[in-house]
Amino acid sequence: MVTSSATTGTAQRLAAGLRLPIGIVAFLALSLAVLGIDQFVNALTLGAIYALVALGYTMVYGIIELINFAHGDVFMVGSFIALFISSSLLGNDGSITDLPLLAGSVLILFALTIGIMALVGALIERLAYRPLRRAPKLAPLITAIGVSFILQNIIQFFFGPTIVSVPQLVPIEWSIQVAGARVPLLNLFVIATSVLLMFALQLFISRTRTGRAMRTTSMDRDASSLMGVDINRTIMITFLIGSGLAGAAGVVHGLYYGNTTFSLGFQSGLKAFTAAVLGGIGNTAGAALGGFLIAFVEVGASAFGYGRWGGAIVFSLLVIFLVFRPTGLLGSHTGDRA
Amino acid sequence: MSAAKGKPMLKARGVTRKFGGLVAVSNVDFEIPRGSISAIIGPNGAGKTTFFNVIAGIYAPTSGTIELDGKPLISPPTGAGREPILLLVPTIPFIGLAIYFLIAIGGDTGLVEGVASVSVALLGFVCALLLNIVRPAWYNRVIKRIGVTRPARPNDMVEAGLARTFQNIRLYKSLTTLENILIGMHVHMRSTFLGALFKSRQVREEEAAAEQRARELLAFVDLSGMENELAKNLPYGKQRLLEIARALASRPKLLLLDEPAAGMNPKETEEMTALIRRIRDELGITILLIEHDMRVVMGISDHITVLDHGEKIAEGLPKAIRTNPKVIEAYLGRGAAAGH
Repeated sequence: MVTSSATTGTAQRLAAGLRLPIGIVAFLALSLAVLGIDQFVNALTLGAIYALVALGYTMVYGIIELINFAHGDVFMVGSFIALFISSSLLGNDGSITDLPLLAGSVLILFALTIGIMALVGALIERLAYRPLRRAPKLAPLITAIGVSFILQNIIQFFFGPTIVSVPQLVPIEWSIQVAGARVPLLNLFVIATSVLLMFALQLFISRTRTGRAMRTTSMDRDASSLMGVDINRTIMITFLIGSGLAGAAGVVHGLYYGNTTFSLGFQSGLKAFTAAVLGGIGNTAGAALGGFLIAFVEVGASAFGYGRWGGAIVFSLLVIFLVFRPTGLLGSHTGDRA
Repeated sequence: MSAAKGKPMLKARGVTRKFGGLVAVSNVDFEIPRGSISAIIGPNGAGKTTFFNVIAGIYAPTSGTIELDGKPLISPPTGAGREPILLLVPTIPFIGLAIYFLIAIGGDTGLVEGVASVSVALLGFVCALLLNIVRPAWYNRVIKRIGVTRPARPNDMVEAGLARTFQNIRLYKSLTTLENILIGMHVHMRSTFLGALFKSRQVREEEAAAEQRARELLAFVDLSGMENELAKNLPYGKQRLLEIARALASRPKLLLLDEPAAGMNPKETEEMTALIRRIRDELGITILLIEHDMRVVMGISDHITVLDHGEKIAEGLPKAIRTNPKVIEAYLGRGAAAGH
C-alpha cells in the first residue's frame, strides 16, 4: 500500500520508472541476438535458480541486516530433501511420462520441500540468530558461517561426500520447437515456476498486512514495534519465506541438473549473494534482476568459450559494482536504517 | 477540569525496575486520571524515562502491575517453569506417529527410515516452537489457562490502546508524511490475506477510508498540504507534529509524549502546548508527558508526579507541586519551583 500510494507522479519519477523496463527489454533483446535461442533459454533457467536463492539473502539482509551465509546451504539441504522425498518416499528413479502422475509428484515434491525448508529456516533463526539479535553485527555473521558448516556436515553424514544423482521427473526429451531451435519443456517449467513464485512474493510484500510489517520493520525496527508490528513474528516469517524459496530452488536444481552434492551451497550461495548485491541488497526485485544478470554473464562467457572464467567474471562484476555503485542496480541509499 | 472524573485511565501499583544492582524505579504507585494531561517530572537521573519505558512496554517491570482502562496491561512474568510443557505436549503425538511409522515398516530399519521418523518427531517440535513465536489468540488463551503470563511486547501495548512518541524523533524518514501515518494505522487494518492479495472491494474501501483519516489527522496537526513531502525534508518542529499524528493514527486511549517540546523555539513550544490541549479536548485522549521545560509542564498539566532517585516524592496539581518543599529540595532551587 505504501508504494502504490506514491502519488507524486512527476515527470522525473515517470522517466526513472520507465528507464528500467526499457533497459531490461534492450538487454534481453541484445542477449537473444548474441547468444542464440538455446543459450538464451539456458541463461534464463540458470538465472531463475539464482534469483530464487538470492531473494532469501536479500530479504534477510533487508530486515535484520545479516548476511546469512547459511542460506546457500539451506538451498543445498533443500535439494537433498527433494531427493529424499522424490526417491525414498515417492519411489521414483527416473522420469515420469504419465502426465497426471508427473503433475501430482511434482506438486507433492514442491509442497513438502518448501514446507520443510521453511520450518528449517525458522528453526535456524530461532536457535542461532534470535539470541544474538542485540549483539554486535559480527556475532550473528560468524554464527551464520557456523550454521553453514553444521548443515554441510549433517548432509555429508547422511548422503556422503560424493555427487548424488537426483531423479529428473520431467522427461528431458519433451520439448517444443521455437524458431527452429529445440527448447526443452523442463527449462520452460523451471522458468515459469520461479517467475510465478517471485511474482507471488512481490504481491505478498507489497499488499498484505504482514508484507507491510516486513517493509516497516526493515526501515525502523523499534518504531515499528510501537506501531503495533510484532517484530519477532515478522522476522520469523521473513525466514520462513526466504528458506521456503531456497527449498523451491533446491527442487528446481535437482530436476534441472539431475544431481546434487553437499558442497553445492557454497558456490551457488556466493553467486546468489553476488546477485543480491548487484540488484541492491535489501531489494527483492533487485535480487531477482541480479540473479538473471549473473546467469547471462556466466552463460555468455561459456558461449564464447570462456566457460572456466565464468566465476571470475561474475565476481569481478561484484567488485566493480561495490566500487562504483555500492547500492546496486535498484538499491536506494540505506543511510536511514536504524 | 474533567480530571478527577471516573476510573483512572492508567493505574500502576508498586512498580519497581532494577538494572543489576541499580534500582531505577522503586515501588511507585501512580494513577493517571481519565481525560487528564499528566506529567512526570524530576531531576536528571530520577528514573522518569525508565518509568515511562516500563509503561510503554520497552522494559518489563521487575515487580508491580499496570492496568490500562481497568484491564491488566503489564505484570511481571510468572510460571516460566511451566513453559516447556507448551513445547513438549504438542510434540508427543508426532513422536507417537514416528514410533508407529517405525513399527509399521517392521524391525528392518535402515538409515532412511530412521531419518524419516526422527524428522517426523522433529516436525512436531518445530511446529510447537513456531506457535510459540507467532502466538495466535487461541494460543495465548491456552497459555493463560495453564497460568503463564509473559512480558508483554511493545506491539501488545499498541493493541491495548497506548501510543507514544520519541524524544529523538523516529519517523520513517524516506517515506512521505501520508505514508508515515498510514503505517501508524497498521493495527487497525483488518484485511484478510487473500483479500489483500487480490485487492478485494472490502480492502479497497478500507484503504480509501484509511487514507481519508490520515488526511484528517494531518489537518488536525496543521500539516495539510504536505501529504507528499518526505518526512526527512520537513523542518524539525513539523517532524514532531507528524510523529504525534502518527501516534494518534493507532487510535490510542492514552498517548505518551517523551519531551514533546525538546529543542523547540518559544513559538513552536506554544503551538505544541496548544496542540496537546486540543488532543485532549477534541479527541478525548488522556495524555502523559515527560518534559523538562517547566513552563510547558506547569502550563498544561492538571496532574503532576515528581520522581527523585526512583521514588515518588510528590504528586498533585501544579500549584501544589510548585510550593512543595520536597520538590524544591530535589531540584536544589533549579527550574520553575524557585524561578516563578
